[in-house]
Amino acid sequence: MKELMVRAIYCEMLGYEASFSYIHAIKLAQQGTALEKRVGYLAVSLFLNESHELLLLLVNTVLKDLQSTNLIEVCMALTVVSQMFPKDMIPAILPLVEEKLNHPKEIIRRKAVLALYKFYLIAPNQVQHIHNKFRKALCDKDPGVMTASLHIYLQMIQENPEGYKDLTTSFVTILKQVVGGKLPMDFNYHSVPAPWLQIQLLRILLFCSTIFLCRDVAALCIHCYCIQPLSSFPAILYESAKCIGNFVLSLKINLKYLGLKALTYVVQQHPKLALQHQMTIIECLDHPDLIIKRETLELLFRITNAQNVSVIVEKMLDPFLKIMLCCCIIYTLFIVLILFSYEEYTYAPDNEWFIETMSTVFSVGGDMMQPDIPNSFLKLLSEGFDSVEEDRKLRLFAVDSYVSLLQGEPGKLPQRFLQVISWVLGEYSYLREELEAATVLRLLAKLLDMKSTSSETKSWVLMAMTKLCEGGAGVSVTQEVCETYGSSLDTVLRQRAQELQHLSQDCELRARVLPRGAGLEPLEVDSSLSFLDGFVSEALAAGAAPYKAPHQRQEELAQAKALSLEPYGLSLPISMSSCSIADRQSPTLLSVSSGLSTTLKLDGVKRVWGREGYLSEREPVEESAHVEVPSPLQSPSQQGEADSSQSQTLTPIPTPQPEQEKQQLASSLFVGLGSQSSVCLMGKSESTTQRFRRKAKDLAVSSLEQTSQLSQGPAAANGICDVELTGSDMSETSPTLIRDNGVVAADPAPHEDPDKLKDLCLRTHLPAEFSGLCHSEITPLCTNQTLDFSACHLQKEDSLALVVFIYNSSDSDIQEILLELDSDELEVSCVCDSPVQEARSHSVAVCQYSLTVKRPSVHVEVVGTASYQFPAGTPHSAQFSYKLPLTSFIRPLTVSTEEYGAMWLDFSHDTKQKLTLISDGQEPLTDTLNVLKKKLQLHVVEIIGMEGIVACRLLRDQPCLMHCRLHAGTLSVWLRSPVPDLPDCLMYHCQRALQEH
Amino acid sequence: MIKAILIFNNHGKPRLSKFYEHYSEDTEQQIIRETFHLVSKRDENVCNFLEGGMLIGGSDYRLIYRHYATLYFVFCVDSSESELGILDLIQVFVETLDKCFENVCELDLIFHVDKVHNILAEMVMGGMVLETNMNEIITQVDSQNKMEKSEVLTG
Repeated sequence: MKELMVRAIYCEMLGYEASFSYIHAIKLAQQGTALEKRVGYLAVSLFLNESHELLLLLVNTVLKDLQSTNLIEVCMALTVVSQMFPKDMIPAILPLVEEKLNHPKEIIRRKAVLALYKFYLIAPNQVQHIHNKFRKALCDKDPGVMTASLHIYLQMIQENPEGYKDLTTSFVTILKQVVGGKLPMDFNYHSVPAPWLQIQLLRILLFCSTIFLCRDVAALCIHCYCIQPLSSFPAILYESAKCIGNFVLSLKINLKYLGLKALTYVVQQHPKLALQHQMTIIECLDHPDLIIKRETLELLFRITNAQNVSVIVEKMLDPFLKIMLCCCIIYTLFIVLILFSYEEYTYAPDNEWFIETMSTVFSVGGDMMQPDIPNSFLKLLSEGFDSVEEDRKLRLFAVDSYVSLLQGEPGKLPQRFLQVISWVLGEYSYLREELEAATVLRLLAKLLDMKSTSSETKSWVLMAMTKLCEGGAGVSVTQEVCETYGSSLDTVLRQRAQELQHLSQDCELRARVLPRGAGLEPLEVDSSLSFLDGFVSEALAAGAAPYKAPHQRQEELAQAKALSLEPYGLSLPISMSSCSIADRQSPTLLSVSSGLSTTLKLDGVKRVWGREGYLSEREPVEESAHVEVPSPLQSPSQQGEADSSQSQTLTPIPTPQPEQEKQQLASSLFVGLGSQSSVCLMGKSESTTQRFRRKAKDLAVSSLEQTSQLSQGPAAANGICDVELTGSDMSETSPTLIRDNGVVAADPAPHEDPDKLKDLCLRTHLPAEFSGLCHSEITPLCTNQTLDFSACHLQKEDSLALVVFIYNSSDSDIQEILLELDSDELEVSCVCDSPVQEARSHSVAVCQYSLTVKRPSVHVEVVGTASYQFPAGTPHSAQFSYKLPLTSFIRPLTVSTEEYGAMWLDFSHDTKQKLTLISDGQEPLTDTLNVLKKKLQLHVVEIIGMEGIVACRLLRDQPCLMHCRLHAGTLSVWLRSPVPDLPDCLMYHCQRALQEH
Repeated sequence: MIKAILIFNNHGKPRLSKFYEHYSEDTEQQIIRETFHLVSKRDENVCNFLEGGMLIGGSDYRLIYRHYATLYFVFCVDSSESELGILDLIQVFVETLDKCFENVCELDLIFHVDKVHNILAEMVMGGMVLETNMNEIITQVDSQNKMEKSEVLTG
């Protein structure tokens, strides 16, 4: 049997399914002798997975083996448990595994710790109570057990850095012991004491975010490439850069790779550090190993700035051709950023360069490119820059180069590029006056005839033709095209062809629908389709059925079936007016009128580039501080460019030709990173610094003026609180509130307790409709130099509202603050009119959101990004997160006992657990339930003797039922709900509520 | 965390595969094939780390491999593992195999798949590195073998 099982394993590995043997594997694990058992377990762990149904048969075996006195059987059981174990069965074996934490054998302890870690990963709620035991494992006398427990702590600290602050000292002690060589010699690796363990510890410390790192640790840290945690300490960074240099120079290829990676981290913080290593980096660029090359390019990408962008892009495009298949995604990312660099305009050398580069990128990257790259390129073209003349030139050049491309061999160009070309030609070919529309039309029609053209591209081409078909010459071409595609099977193509036909015949209509050069004006789309109201009401009057949204229809369908899962009408009643119509959009309207500009979006792209270059270089202090730093390689080469003969005489040994080339390359690559005063290849840095200075001066002057104004005004003392009520929400606030505000402001308190005051201040800004409701404490989310973000949530009867306050403490107004909230577990919808807010100087802007639960979890988190722009022009963004317990979404559910009974049977997800009872009163059950009722907002349906039934719902209408029974001094609770995970989460909160009591 | 451990020979025939996350049968085979294609193309004198495999998880994942005679040892790990640490682990694994089988060769892996898996289970458990000390591992494996033998004799 054993032999057969091994063979089955081998078959499975070669890719032949051996499912017939699964049950035998389980049997073998169950019945066999130790030897057979081992093979059985091995086969099970290779064959089955966590959700396999046969696994349930194994639970009993595992239980038996965990209790066995035979060490090896226990080991085997623990191994299989950590490999895979059904989530619902964890409570059954949890006590046994916990017990193993105290086992005298260290190997068993170690395995038990790892098994518990696995449990923590798959079901964190159930392992809540054994945190103390983890602590004991951390202090275990066997280093192996301690190492194992570090896995758990790394995970937990990542999730909740605050909770484990007290452990920081123990981690530091452990680290010191390790570094001090207190561990057995077995742990040494090339005479470094336990390096991997150290890395683990450093990672943990990084999350603890305390500065306990001493010098020697830092040095080691670099040896182990753990440069990432270091990046927040600049002083150490400069030293580390030297060590990294040695790494990059190293002949051992693996070390070189790690060195480059480390350098990339460092350079992100301080681009100037790359100067020391420029020659090394250049050498790495020509390295035969693609992976090394890729890392180098990534590094170069980090130091891109205004002056070296063209050289870097050139370098990138070269290997781009070669290893495109290997890592195309990375490269397209580069290109996106180049695009944005061009947007800032100071970056790219000129129009021709830009268009040509993009053409190369498109034709090489082809269809593997992400779709948003062409989109952002087109957006760039259509939005243009500051000067109209420049825009015109850029577009003209684009048209010229694309026409010549089409006249060549368009069959070879990738689809995406063809789409871009046809859009550009459609939109801008009128700029070139000598170019006749008919010629372009003919070129485009040629595209349509090609076999390789996809139907998506064809519809782009047809769109372009629609824009171009004007009068005379093109008519014959368009007619022909219309005839071919008017009867196409593809509905989109047919639609486009019809549009083309009608618009080409009716000049006036065409002028109205597609005004020339007006692709930019924002189009107002009536998404509520109110103009159809008349039609709808007529149809309704004539007896038509009202429109139902797809999900509503589906629900009704489910209800109509005989075996319904939710017969109690808990489906949310959706009012037709709010949901059904608004969710629909008229496809024809959108497609005809908006052209393409509506599909182009630039949201979510991080702004890495500013007008002055890489954004981290903004601070002028830093710039001036490094003016004196000499760049050893750069200066001779630059001199060499200025006067080559002189430099030859200056250097005692003339550099060989290839070396010189490399140096030249280096100087062009690293220009702009060093001092600003150095000679600049493109002569641009001078102007930027000047401009920058001037701007800074302006700023200083204006702020001075503002402060003087402030001190003159009588209201200056309460500047913080003298807030204007802004926004539509605020206008409803009653005037008494304002007076209150005035009183608060006049109070001398602000200097003593600014935080409290701010809280008070913000509270007055709560929208009027919430004034009666209790709200949570207003928690600060994040603070920038100028903007303070704070938030609180309010529990309404049927929803949960989240209110975000933005307080602008600067002297200038900040317009267009774009707030975006997102969450894995929640659905966030904005209640305000628009997500864009304006924060006046020294006042508060308020945003309101309503939250509903998508997927229950113990704690839910909303992550937000705010992007805003100062009047001076630099864009900023701030990120924050707001955590809420699930209990904020729980509301009482009022049902009768009969209804309860009927619902109980229908719910499929359940969980059972024993909870501690509150036994200080006369009636422990009632007391306990009352505590739960008070803390979690549950509804106690009925209490009958030793049993109690409780009901609640999760917003909006997700019911959860709870059945409690007194049993041997504890409360056994059984939760049921139609929603997966909800019982688990609620159980956790019940447990917490009772513990806190 | 370690996502998968693969051993295959120079022709891409799998000799051992262990996945610490569940994938369907087909995906597993596809992963093995893709990994082989990525790894086999590389020269002897380039570095032992690879990024950009698409099947397991995407960008966060790296392949760390070593080539011994006819066999490739490949570990798929996520970013929480240290590259050099894993490289060392592979070395320890191979040395342990060498000790246990006395001059390990490809055939040993074919005919003693179960033993190899048992050794691996002492080193990596559920995707986490359990032990990196060769002596410890060998002691564990030996004690288990001994117990089995005694059982076979008595049974």
